[in-house]
Amino acid sequence: MNEDLLVMSQITKIYSNGVMANDKVDFSVKAGEIHALMGENGAGKSTLMNILYGEHQPEEGDIFLEGKKVRISSPNEAIALGIGMVHQHFMLVPSLSVAQNIYLGMEPRKNGLIDMKTMIAQAEEIAEKYNFKIQTTARVADIPVGMKQKVEILKALARGAKILILDEPTAVLTPQETEELFHELMEFKKKGHTIIFISHKLKEIKQICDRITIMKNGRSMGTYNMGDMDERSISRLMVGRDVIKTIEKKKANPTETILEVKNLSCINEDGKHAVNNINLKVRRGEILGIAGVEGNGQSEFVECISGMRKDYKGQVSILGQCVDKLNIKKIRKAGLSHISEDRMSYGVATEASISDNLISDKLGESMVGYGPILSSKKISKLSSELVENFLIKCSSYKQPVSMLSGGNMQKVVVAREFAREPAVMIANQPSRGVDVGATEFIHKKLVEIRDKGSAVLLVSADLNEVMELSDSLAVFYGGEVVAYFEDSKSVTEEELGYYMLGLSRQSEEQIQRLG
Amino acid sequence: MQQLFDIIFTTSFAYSILRVSTPLILAGMAALVSERAGVANIAIEGMMLISALTGVVVSAKTQSCFLGVSVGVIAGILVSLILAYFILQLKANNIMCGLAINAIAKGGTVFVLYLLTGSKGASTALNSATVPKIDIPLIKDIPILGEIISGQSILTYLAIIMVALMHIFIFKTRMGIRISAVGENEKAVDSVGISVAKTRYIALLISGFFSGLAGVFLSMSYMSGFTANMTSGRGFIALAANSMGQNTPWGTLAAALIFGAADSAANYLQVLAVPAQFIQMIPYVTTILGITLYCIYRGRKEKKLKMKMLSHQEAEGQSA
Repeated sequence: MNEDLLVMSQITKIYSNGVMANDKVDFSVKAGEIHALMGENGAGKSTLMNILYGEHQPEEGDIFLEGKKVRISSPNEAIALGIGMVHQHFMLVPSLSVAQNIYLGMEPRKNGLIDMKTMIAQAEEIAEKYNFKIQTTARVADIPVGMKQKVEILKALARGAKILILDEPTAVLTPQETEELFHELMEFKKKGHTIIFISHKLKEIKQICDRITIMKNGRSMGTYNMGDMDERSISRLMVGRDVIKTIEKKKANPTETILEVKNLSCINEDGKHAVNNINLKVRRGEILGIAGVEGNGQSEFVECISGMRKDYKGQVSILGQCVDKLNIKKIRKAGLSHISEDRMSYGVATEASISDNLISDKLGESMVGYGPILSSKKISKLSSELVENFLIKCSSYKQPVSMLSGGNMQKVVVAREFAREPAVMIANQPSRGVDVGATEFIHKKLVEIRDKGSAVLLVSADLNEVMELSDSLAVFYGGEVVAYFEDSKSVTEEELGYYMLGLSRQSEEQIQRLG
Repeated sequence: MQQLFDIIFTTSFAYSILRVSTPLILAGMAALVSERAGVANIAIEGMMLISALTGVVVSAKTQSCFLGVSVGVIAGILVSLILAYFILQLKANNIMCGLAINAIAKGGTVFVLYLLTGSKGASTALNSATVPKIDIPLIKDIPILGEIISGQSILTYLAIIMVALMHIFIFKTRMGIRISAVGENEKAVDSVGISVAKTRYIALLISGFFSGLAGVFLSMSYMSGFTANMTSGRGFIALAANSMGQNTPWGTLAAALIFGAADSAANYLQVLAVPAQFIQMIPYVTTILGITLYCIYRGRKEKKLKMKMLSHQEAEGQSA
């Protein structure tokens, strides 16, 4: 039990876009333990595990299995070494049966044809061995998410996995399914399997893991025995800023309500209750920040209010006008601007020119033409102005957006969204993948627009950004608001971490001040 | 009306359905296997044309029907190999490549025909072979059924046998399952260490084989000789038949028979005052309507389910 089964030593991974995802990370697991790998999104957990599973190659570092140095250059080799991975997004073929998925590519045969009977018998046998209740002849498309995950686990076990990597396995599960999964994981442990459990849910990890390795910003923050750690000490290691950057701004002077959200609930594509009965108000002249670990309903929430998602319950109104039934164009007319978190899909049309991107929401308006006819004079004037004011570095506004850096691309989005002086600005992860200079610029612009009388809703997983830029602060956890601070300066980052990880929750009265 | 029934309820009409459907069945199998692998193969039309001409030319030169059919089919496979190379190796867009092959085939076959015969229309100058028709013992003596089923081209029987073989191949062999899996979720296949590109190569080669057979049937059985653009859209109808048959061999066979029936009805009904173009339109209009209605139904059902879940969870929340 004390021998290290697997050691990853000094792993460094730099992606082709220059992001250093792993920086000299040491990681080791002992035989027969459940080892938690914890950290916020983007901390480098998945990268480290993808390296172990042979999907990525590290720039530096070695992997040792049972004391012997190994090179893992493909998932095939990882499987051969007894390493199995259950991805967060399932790798299953929906139209095939459970048994067919488990044995995909290694189906038992008789006379050249697949021996269905033997295959089903083998699948039942392995399911029985690990105490999985699963119907092996059902089509994967017809079974619930929790079952699909079991199929993935069985797939790895059928290929002889001794070390099982589970990438955020509970993210898609209901509480009952989670309980069941934990029960099964304990069984594996008893049978001698080793499990690496990626998660950012503290309570779960506390419940089943023996040891924990915490990652932050691509570095390991150390490996600890679970018994020696309490939730608060883990939270301190996981959340927190390395360098505190302050943003200069005057004190906010909020006046009347501009954006009002009442009892908003929605269900996402996984069939989970992503947003649960949220009430909030954003007032003129304030920046309301929404903090939270990603995947706690922020994306769905923004999709609902920006009109990208229509199947929600509740009311959204802008300046007193109900916008539930309006299409995106009309919602924008009502005064909403939106910087999407997914720049490449929703922010810009990458192959179109900078100026085409800048005018794409102003077609038919007098800013860019006369009625339905576009005026190249007006377009060129507007584009040059925006390029200049928003410091977009380019050789000409006719350049395609795809030629720009991430920061400049985001500036194009910001320039377009700011040009109409919106009543409400929703900035969702505005500085993601953006360089320091552009981030600073975007922050300055957001403060500027606040002072001009807009209401700003800032959603960010970046603590620095959300704490420094916001005037007031709400915390999302599990699709709900769990805390609200009228003054964002009144909360410490340590305290914020507890709310973000679901360790504490304010009283209903405190939360209700937000709506 | 009486006249219409007189025409449709005859054994010769039923016999002609089988004959007219044969190229659609074969091309439908070509569509099926590529579609299952996740590559829409619109080049079936072009492959059919090239195979049709190759079959005629080779059989005329060698005076062997068997060689004509074989080389014709090989031509189809070779063209599919080129297509696969462009799509899978060079990562070119499969629709663009398909369009290019169709355009080359359409002009190229006429060009080659002209070089060989001096005619731009038909290969009447070539003395090409035709695939023999055979009587099936026992069945041919059954009244009505015998007249319909017996006496068809060997390739027609082969087409139906192929449908059965495809059913076994797709659902009962490792390669068949892999092809379907690649089309549905290539990551799933990749994650268990199977080569996605290799699987698609094989699927496209099989698609070429069936396109070749379909083409050869047209010029060496359906008609005795090659005429310019003789496929007249059958490669595309086969894609429709496959999608109507929901990517299953027997379903595609059924859809091909429906299209074939409409096609031969159009031939037969020309004696009536109804314009043939109108009759030819019917199967497509039905397909479009059917698909539209199905999609509307599915969309509504999904939305309903979501809303139901919301109210359900809300009710639970309140009771708690």
